[in-house]
Amino acid sequence: MDKTYASVEEAIADIPDGATIAFGSFFTAGKPTALTKALAKKGVKDLTIVVQQVGTGNEEMLELVTNGQIKKAICNYPFPRSASKGAQHPFEQAVRNGKIKLEIYPIGTFVEKLRCAGAGIPGFYTPTGVGTVVGEGKEVRVFNGIECLLELALPVDYAFVHAWKGDREGNLVYRFTAQNYNNAMAMAGKVTIAEVETLVDAGELDPNFIHTPGIFVKRVVETGRPEFNSAAV
Amino acid sequence: MSKMSKVVVPEMPPLEREMIALRIANMLEDGSYVNLGIGIPTLVSNWIEGRDIIIQAEIGMLKCGPLADEGEQDQDRINASCQFVHEMPGCSYFNVETSFAMIRGGRMDVAVLGALQVSAKGDLAGWNNPARGLGKTGNIGGSMDLAVGAAKLIVAMEHFTPGGEPKILDVCNYPLTAKECVDVIVTNYALIEVTPKGLVLKEAIPGITAEDVQKMTAAKLIVADDFHEMEL
Repeated sequence: MDKTYASVEEAIADIPDGATIAFGSFFTAGKPTALTKALAKKGVKDLTIVVQQVGTGNEEMLELVTNGQIKKAICNYPFPRSASKGAQHPFEQAVRNGKIKLEIYPIGTFVEKLRCAGAGIPGFYTPTGVGTVVGEGKEVRVFNGIECLLELALPVDYAFVHAWKGDREGNLVYRFTAQNYNNAMAMAGKVTIAEVETLVDAGELDPNFIHTPGIFVKRVVETGRPEFNSAAV
Repeated sequence: MSKMSKVVVPEMPPLEREMIALRIANMLEDGSYVNLGIGIPTLVSNWIEGRDIIIQAEIGMLKCGPLADEGEQDQDRINASCQFVHEMPGCSYFNVETSFAMIRGGRMDVAVLGALQVSAKGDLAGWNNPARGLGKTGNIGGSMDLAVGAAKLIVAMEHFTPGGEPKILDVCNYPLTAKECVDVIVTNYALIEVTPKGLVLKEAIPGITAEDVQKMTAAKLIVADDFHEMEL
């Protein structure tokens, strides 16, 4: 089954206004830069984005912000670390003035919501967030004397992931800490689009060392090795 | 609670941040799995060279090594603070869902986190400084999972805010990271344990008395029977 597309533009051509899209990336590592730039160029609007942070390390996401393409963001570490950088930051300002709605989760909850969506599990209980703003309005249940919050799965319409190597069948291999959220997002996506640095034919990846099996990936596009990004966040 | 009035800080110079980190490094046992948060906690890694302490970076790495200098940096190898790092022999990489399975699953022997406030019961407030004006949003990151999941939680922080207000209080008035989670607080003046009886003052830096530490702290301290000068 050949899932390759000739360009990122073709791979994202059917994304409509109002779509929910997850983006891999833990700051600079493992971010789908080419797909994100193509999305900004395409100009679709009213998007809900699911991503660790917006524009710190993954600066290309700021174009979606300044274009006014984002309606809502679901994040775990949304803003620049320093308050002074935040005061200059388009995403933080868009959240402050109400142009973008923001929902936040602890990392473990954020990633488990994605994993569950991919695994057919509608929700889960976790002790993380009890007694904090994260727990407000959520069902609490006690297990073995420990209070836990009900958190729901987070399916996404599209997932943009970045892999080191991929084959035409959609099997993916990540490199070092660029792995991060990419697997959970690939699982959560109804349509997962992988940009890969190197595309190979089926049979060329060692099947013992596949991080994300091709069944979770609908489209593959070769985008090459991204430029070195030494941006400190 | 009412706003704390500023406290008269003793003339004795407090510990440098690196020395707070050293005191914590000396508490870690060989063979332990440790996660270090942003800020002073990261400095703990400068004091464990040659020791059998395994650093987890929650981005998805075990046996995370020291920071990598220019020329040795790989864009795909960063820690959770977005710093380029080396890997140690025996290193492994994994995805974030596995990383937080380790954290919530109780596999982290120790987490060292910074804090904005700690309460007498060991509540931790560390992710949202109301002064930034972000309301109920902000950067949670992995802090809530680590506070709940780590077997032992050590807080590394300065005793006062930059504005001179005490950070150890009866009750936190900043948004919480987690309730009743802190085990030990190491500041630039003292080492305090959180116990069911309350906050127990175990150590103070040279030249600082137990009375001095109590004056600098907005919660009641119990002076330990073996209270002594902090050794570094």
